Amino acid sequence: MGRPCAVIGIGQTKHAAKRDDVSIPGLVREAAQRALQDAELTWMDIDAVVIGKAPDMFEGVMMPELYLADALGAVGKPMMRVHTAGSVGGSTAIVAAHLVQAGVHERILTVAFEKQSESDAMWALSPKYPFVPPLVAGAGGFFAPLIRAYIRRSGAPANIGMMVAVKDRKNALKNPYAHLLMPDISLETVAASPMLWDPIRYLETCPSSDGACAMVLASEDAAKCAPRPPAWVHGTAVRSEPTHFAGRNQVDPRAGRDCAADVYRQAGITNPRRELDVAEIYVPFSWFEPMWLENLGFAADDEGWRMTADGATALDGDMPVNPSGGVLSTNPIGASGMIRFAEAALQVRGMAGDHQIEGAKLALGHAYGGASQFFAMWILGRDKR
Amino acid sequence: MSEPVKRIKAPVRFDYTVGAGLTLSRFLAALVEGRLVARRCPGCTKVYVPPRGACPTCALPPGEEVVLVGTGTVTTFCIVNVPFEGQTMKLPYVYASVLLDGADIPLLHLVDVPAAQARMGMRVKAEWVPPSERRPTLESIRWFCPTGEPDAPFDAIKEHL
Amino acid sequence: MRDVAVVSFQKRIGNADGLDEVELLAPTIAAALAGAGLARRDVGFTVSGSCDYLGGRPFSFVTVLDAVGAWPPIRESHVEMDGAWALYEAWVALQHGDIDVALVYAFGRPTQGDLNRVLGAQLDPYCVAPLGADALSLEALQARAMIDAGRCTENDLAAAVGRARGEPMEALLAAPYVASPLRAHDRGPIVDGAAAVVLVAGDRARACCARPAWIRGIDHRIEAPALGARDLTRSRSVERAAEGAGVRAGPVDVAEIDAPYSHQEILVRGALGLGASTALNPSGGALAAWPFMVSGLLRIGEAAKHIHAGGAGRAIAHATSGACLQQNLVCVLEAE
Repeated sequence: MGRPCAVIGIGQTKHAAKRDDVSIPGLVREAAQRALQDAELTWMDIDAVVIGKAPDMFEGVMMPELYLADALGAVGKPMMRVHTAGSVGGSTAIVAAHLVQAGVHERILTVAFEKQSESDAMWALSPKYPFVPPLVAGAGGFFAPLIRAYIRRSGAPANIGMMVAVKDRKNALKNPYAHLLMPDISLETVAASPMLWDPIRYLETCPSSDGACAMVLASEDAAKCAPRPPAWVHGTAVRSEPTHFAGRNQVDPRAGRDCAADVYRQAGITNPRRELDVAEIYVPFSWFEPMWLENLGFAADDEGWRMTADGATALDGDMPVNPSGGVLSTNPIGASGMIRFAEAALQVRGMAGDHQIEGAKLALGHAYGGASQFFAMWILGRDKR
Repeated sequence: MSEPVKRIKAPVRFDYTVGAGLTLSRFLAALVEGRLVARRCPGCTKVYVPPRGACPTCALPPGEEVVLVGTGTVTTFCIVNVPFEGQTMKLPYVYASVLLDGADIPLLHLVDVPAAQARMGMRVKAEWVPPSERRPTLESIRWFCPTGEPDAPFDAIKEHL
Repeated sequence: MRDVAVVSFQKRIGNADGLDEVELLAPTIAAALAGAGLARRDVGFTVSGSCDYLGGRPFSFVTVLDAVGAWPPIRESHVEMDGAWALYEAWVALQHGDIDVALVYAFGRPTQGDLNRVLGAQLDPYCVAPLGADALSLEALQARAMIDAGRCTENDLAAAVGRARGEPMEALLAAPYVASPLRAHDRGPIVDGAAAVVLVAGDRARACCARPAWIRGIDHRIEAPALGARDLTRSRSVERAAEGAGVRAGPVDVAEIDAPYSHQEILVRGALGLGASTALNPSGGALAAWPFMVSGLLRIGEAAKHIHAGGAGRAIAHATSGACLQQNLVCVLEAE
């Protein structure tokens, strides 16, 4: 595990469908500057920058760390660009944490972003491989069949997905950075929305957002000077498995289970549902909440939907999930994983404002990507491990 | 010009000539002849279609050829209702993971069935385009059509979901 | 810092057989592991470097995971950068002490597209990329700046190419300019490739390799993207990375420089402060063959090979990214 590492600064942009007021460098700088301000540091105090985002072809800027070196105060410093598909926001934070844990640097600025209004995400997510017919229409098109399989296997009632959609959007109303603000959302409005990729309805789908998220990660010494409570890293883990192989369980991927087991072991957790106070997990389509609850070991197989149905994952439940509103309310794809990681940090620092879970001491940040094959997770604690 | 410029459109076009690699090229050449030829991994013995340059779990190059008949079972499917760049089919259309008889992994392709009738477990068979229209692409199979046989039981497909 | 060594290196450069990325990479990885006497299950962490823009498809690194046999699930990461930076990430991971073995790989088929134009997508998308500058033209700006500042001559450029490719100077100087002062041969031939390196920490490295190439120093730095904001006739990032890696702490027997353009080799050579006793690019370097995205990792492997063979006691390897040497990594390798 290496040396202790803490999050001492967090910054997010106001996420929106179209941030016309900033360019790409402006967007990342807004988040980075807020993270520095939160940590009461300047650009000069940062030793290295680690940036992550979804494929370059979204915005059409190849290897954007090159272009953004100036905007992120990285000139003269080491700078890296991580890319692990949808989990990238999470794995970027982990690469940054590793630099501190290895004793290589004292203070790292890590940033993840997506300016989807300047990209054609639908095109980039609808792979047009030569030699095959173009079938898959976006990420929803890829995941809908898996969701159909989960519903069939678990026997879950049809309204579970809609309950998640309503819960997350209501939570978002308490998050000043969230993109979608839907005070009138209800099970009825969700049920009435158009079916996009059966069984995923429009209002059960993540939005397309412009946004960036940044954190300052620090060593134990550097955290001593931090003006606000640090969030201590208790464990980090990543796992990958192949996209398609004979007998692959895409609904409950082993990589997700193994990743969770690794991070729980590092954090000394044996009963995650009881010991964790809050979880920010990557739910881009409503039904992923019950699916991930099982994959993360919070619920037994085929029982995840019951946690949702019983209100256990609501803000006042015993295992609040996505108090920030989650990916369903805000989704700048490359940043979404880091937003989960950062929201987990906000919780244990007691800085989550209106969506703070009272007394949160231990939080999980979770991200996934690709064909549910890349996982990145971390556990943060209010106290040092 | 009093309005500040907020965005510009700067279209970029790059052309690529993509090589299919040896393994896939052999598979595509067989499609032109109306043959679905899968490959078996010498390590785990699983049959892959389309075959890959290396088995994803063993990292070994593919072994013997396995000719498939072209019938199979729909494991799961998607009804596409939303238009997108590169779309060629009229909406709504159905595409499915089809577990071909003899293979150990499903293949993604179109299913020629009205959206409301698509079912997990449905038995289908490949419908090929006329020989003169066949090219080295999976589009040489126009789509999969229901055979009319009774659906496969859930147990037969549940491991491939 | 924990001692980490390069214990094994395999490459596949060029693609006359028309293989795809997985077919290029799978045997390369298998050979690299076998060369270290290791099995897939011994690997604690796998990191790769590649770029979607080579194949024209987003998420292209995902399907290449087939070459690794990621089952049971593995601890794995990826950078959209040259494999040299993936190696850096692996080196960092090995410092924690919970794993001893890391596999690093890089791959790319740049011949599928027009790399010279594709690289223009790295530029400022608002003000610079729309001008349509291609990579060779940008590098020509730097070569011109160097000549005007008296840092090199056209003869020096030809000499660098001649050494790399074994061609006579007169023929090289007689060739026409493509983007003055650069001629077609002033850039290495663009080729497909794959490479794999195995890193092992501590004592275990000695069990994997008779003469491990120990990483004594590794550092990387980036400069400003705007060409006008930099002094193109020197490389501050190479100088700082060299300092951070401790290049000058001892004699350099072999130096492998990632310079696909002739003027870059001259510039980096100077920035590293190499003496006449250093063997420069015995592999031929990127001027002989340039597998974009693999090139930097290749230099580290080629430098390590000399230590493995007992021919060098101290070697350095360099990797670059971005127009006109914007970002640079320097690695110092030593024998026991």
